[in-house]
Amino acid sequence: MAKAKNISEFVIERDMNKCIRCQACVRVCANDVHKYDEDTGDIISDNVMCAGCHFCEDICPTGALTIKRNPSDTRKNANWSRDYIYRIVKQASTGGILLTGMGNDRPYKNYFEHIVLNAAQVTNPSIDPLREPMELRTFIGSKPDRVICTKGKDERCFLKQHLPPLLELEVPVMFSAMSFGSISLNACKSLAKAASDAGIYWNTGEGGLHRDLYPYADRAIVQVASGRFGVNVEYLEKAAAVEIKIGQGAKPGIGGHLPGEKVSSEISLTRMIPEGSDAISPAPHHDIYSIEDLRQLIFAIKEATSYKKPVGVKIAAVHNVAPIASGIVRAGADFVTIDGIRGGTGAAPVVIRDNVGIPIEIAVAVVDQRLREEGIRNQASIIAAGGFKTSADVMKAIALGADAVYIGTAALIALGCHVCQKCYTGKCNWGIATQDPYLTRRLNPEIGAKRLSNLLRAWSLEIKEMLGGMGINAIESLRGNREQLRAVGLTETELRILGIKHAGEAW
Amino acid sequence: MKTDYLIIGNSVAGINCIEGIRGIDRKGGLIVISEEDCPDYSRPLISYYLGGRIEEKSLSLKGNDFYNENNADVLYETVALGIDVEKRKVFTNKGEIEFNKLLIATGGKPVMPEIEGYSEDIKGIFTFTSLSDARKLKNYIEERKCREGVILGGGLIGLKCAEGLIDKGLKVYIIEMADRLLSMTLDRDASEIIEKGLKERSDCKVLKGDTIKRIDYKNGVIFRISLMSGREIETELLVIAVGVRPNIALVKETPVKYNRGILVDKHMRTNIPDIYAAGDVAEGKDMLMDRNTVIAIWPVAARQGKIAGINMAGGSAIYNGLFPMNAVDIAGYPVISFGITNPVDVDKYEIMVKKDEEEYKKIVIRDNRIVGCIFLGKIDRSGIFQGLIRHKVDISRFKDSLLDDDFGLLVLPAEYRKHMVRGEGVEV
Amino acid sequence: MKPKRILIREEYCIGCRLCEVFCITQHSPSKDIIRTYREKDTKPVSGIYFEEKGALSFAIQCRHCDEAPCVENCLTGAMHRDKETGNVLHNKDRCVGCWMCVMSCPLGVIKIDYKEKKVVSKCDLCIDREFPACVEHCPNEAIILVDGKGERIEKEKELKK
Repeated sequence: MAKAKNISEFVIERDMNKCIRCQACVRVCANDVHKYDEDTGDIISDNVMCAGCHFCEDICPTGALTIKRNPSDTRKNANWSRDYIYRIVKQASTGGILLTGMGNDRPYKNYFEHIVLNAAQVTNPSIDPLREPMELRTFIGSKPDRVICTKGKDERCFLKQHLPPLLELEVPVMFSAMSFGSISLNACKSLAKAASDAGIYWNTGEGGLHRDLYPYADRAIVQVASGRFGVNVEYLEKAAAVEIKIGQGAKPGIGGHLPGEKVSSEISLTRMIPEGSDAISPAPHHDIYSIEDLRQLIFAIKEATSYKKPVGVKIAAVHNVAPIASGIVRAGADFVTIDGIRGGTGAAPVVIRDNVGIPIEIAVAVVDQRLREEGIRNQASIIAAGGFKTSADVMKAIALGADAVYIGTAALIALGCHVCQKCYTGKCNWGIATQDPYLTRRLNPEIGAKRLSNLLRAWSLEIKEMLGGMGINAIESLRGNREQLRAVGLTETELRILGIKHAGEAW
Repeated sequence: MKTDYLIIGNSVAGINCIEGIRGIDRKGGLIVISEEDCPDYSRPLISYYLGGRIEEKSLSLKGNDFYNENNADVLYETVALGIDVEKRKVFTNKGEIEFNKLLIATGGKPVMPEIEGYSEDIKGIFTFTSLSDARKLKNYIEERKCREGVILGGGLIGLKCAEGLIDKGLKVYIIEMADRLLSMTLDRDASEIIEKGLKERSDCKVLKGDTIKRIDYKNGVIFRISLMSGREIETELLVIAVGVRPNIALVKETPVKYNRGILVDKHMRTNIPDIYAAGDVAEGKDMLMDRNTVIAIWPVAARQGKIAGINMAGGSAIYNGLFPMNAVDIAGYPVISFGITNPVDVDKYEIMVKKDEEEYKKIVIRDNRIVGCIFLGKIDRSGIFQGLIRHKVDISRFKDSLLDDDFGLLVLPAEYRKHMVRGEGVEV
Repeated sequence: MKPKRILIREEYCIGCRLCEVFCITQHSPSKDIIRTYREKDTKPVSGIYFEEKGALSFAIQCRHCDEAPCVENCLTGAMHRDKETGNVLHNKDRCVGCWMCVMSCPLGVIKIDYKEKKVVSKCDLCIDREFPACVEHCPNEAIILVDGKGERIEKEKELKK
């Protein structure tokens, strides 16, 4: 027969000794997985609809639920795994592009897991971060070629030249671009508030700036993307910095599409598009077809903001990321954001998310190297993005050359996301990737901001510990300091491209 | 005797006045005069006492220590006979009392209609407004082993008394002059349901549109009544419950202004400074009729007493007016009613009704505001309507939901809801 | 004595009704959630009214008003104010089912047992506990505890005491 039934990826196990039939699970599931039968008093769960988001498991007051991967397996096959088989089954059914959410889940080599950090032993002492001050403060923007000072009357030194505008971060971590439209307003509020409280920045993504977020606009990096959504005078004036988005790691080369059904009145107002109309971000900016065009846009924005804010460019990490980044810096960008192959998204075709782009570890290394070689490394900051999971990843990225790091997926997980990859359905039970008020109310921005602040605090403390362990007391000393890294189990080529030695090789 | 605060009357208004005063002034001398022989008790409970559902000791309202804790002296079996407004003295059967501030909370007295053959000496005729009434009635029934009784008056007091008698196993006749029971509280449809319930659940006969013409007695005891309709009933027990009138005898020879009741302003003051009135004797503002009337119900007495007390002690509290409201469980039906339940000039009102097996619900609306309700059978959340009436909430936007089973706070405007729900007190 | 009150933030209520579940558990004889629901004879009625319409929902319970009309109008003194905490409590033994409280409560949060002819349930602010069970278990902090000045009382600090 030509038709196969829908596969359930998950199986819901309910411990009947613990289930008290309170029906909380029935009420909260956006996919209507659980149903209560009045007559028998049973709760029946439809495994097929389950997205594996774990909201019901978390909310069950007795812990009666466990979500497990469906053991109904295909024959062991290193080539044709169950996933690939069922993708074909689905496409044979629908004839359409398979969509997905979040970041690449394929087992590409994770270079961070092959890179190790140094520690101080004997030759220079460790520093105890609880006793000595640790400087994590980071400045994003263009730095001058030379520092020219003059001496004042009382022998004090003053900077003679006018510094270009800079962003000041307490920690070299920021919240990645996630637009209002792809995520809920409550999620945006959580990110904005946490960023403000922690002294870092958040990115509006291409969704514009909602008026409820105006109180946090002074910590916002606003995006000017190909659809130019929400780009008006106020948007540019209120922001701390502007980021021209050329591409993103999850779907390099293609544009974005927010279906009309999801364009509510609030989104319509914020993005400045008619309610109910599709929000299409075209693949190229239709006024940028060359590097000269990009330079023109960068300076147009700088003029419009009176040169008071850093203006940068975000690109996906692709094969020629190094020369592209070089061109962007020469075009006048104050920072370059590079988004690697593990970057997340609200919706993208599976094939593109999993197969297009290169890992951020490699991209940062080659871009940093190239800019240094050309003597223009100081003219722009490098911000790395795309799948940072721990504070150690942040350290390694900085050692490879990044000035700061964007976290997206990690931030959403702090808000409750369980990476079920069903963002594109708009039925996020955690109230993150949805506009349905029944679901968005679940994300209490007070709690969300608190959790994000906690995450940042935890990572700052860990970074301080690792720095102290290396005998370093300022993050600037780690920046681009490849000598602090060694590789384990990488090939000669990989070592050369990353610019680091293999473990065992000393100075 | 001299005192700062003198309260005449020891029921709901008086008790709440004590609390109002003591909330501000814990030291000033406080004397309460009561013509009864027992401490405060809950008057509506006397029908439960009659029927044997609760014992006499459970009738106490505030408990034994209330007067001590509130530094109040009670003079029992003391009747106030007159007031000298100039000299600020009250004359009682036990002496004179000088006061600085006075509260008159003498309540109401049962109305005694003109009946041929009636005399005070005839045994077997009772009223039903005090504990002493209930005690006498109970003892009489037990002594004479009554098997039936007649109640003149189908209002709240009459019906509650009927319940008490039914609990004692008597066959009861209720004689009501109007065309329905509870004519002052309910409309025709609701009354019908109550009447039906009464007859189905007990040995009770209801005679409407009728009243007593003559009483006959034998050996000093009543034995027969004759009705206007011509019907005769043999009985040794008659309870008169045709109504209660404000007990204003005390102020009749004084300059204190009265109408049907003692007239009071929004501070519960009479026209004489330092003399206040509260409760069934007072004629205060009726919020719905926008004029002064006597509303002889517990919530009004409690509120008025409290506000009078606060003002007497130097505080400032305002009575914005209330409206008739009743909660009663009768013939097996819980019934709650508010305000104008049976409007006369029907054109000015919009009336919404829901009636089925289990309940009768009626809402009376004027100018997009609720002015009256009846809830019979199902009374869940009916208190919300009291709030809507009191705050004069415009109901036009959610009018369609008013009769819903699950009507709740959710359909109300968010500002009203949040005002009620957030923060501490409910403004009464 | 600082009166503690529950503040409702309807914009955060997710409609899970766990507040009711824990209210019931807290007022049951065993205080164990699974036993409470299994032993249906002793399972109490919660003091919470849950209301829901579309994407708007909230749980409301007795406000323990300063000038509680239910206490003022109770015929038997069954509705009374606890001297220590200031909470409004209901004594079922004294209740005669006169329904004055139901009539008086402008929020309609008093629950009735029509068969027993008594008030069956009304929030007591978990008087035998430091922190109300419903507030402790709300997964989204839609209900929080505030003190007399309206300042929030954090559960971690309160439970540690």
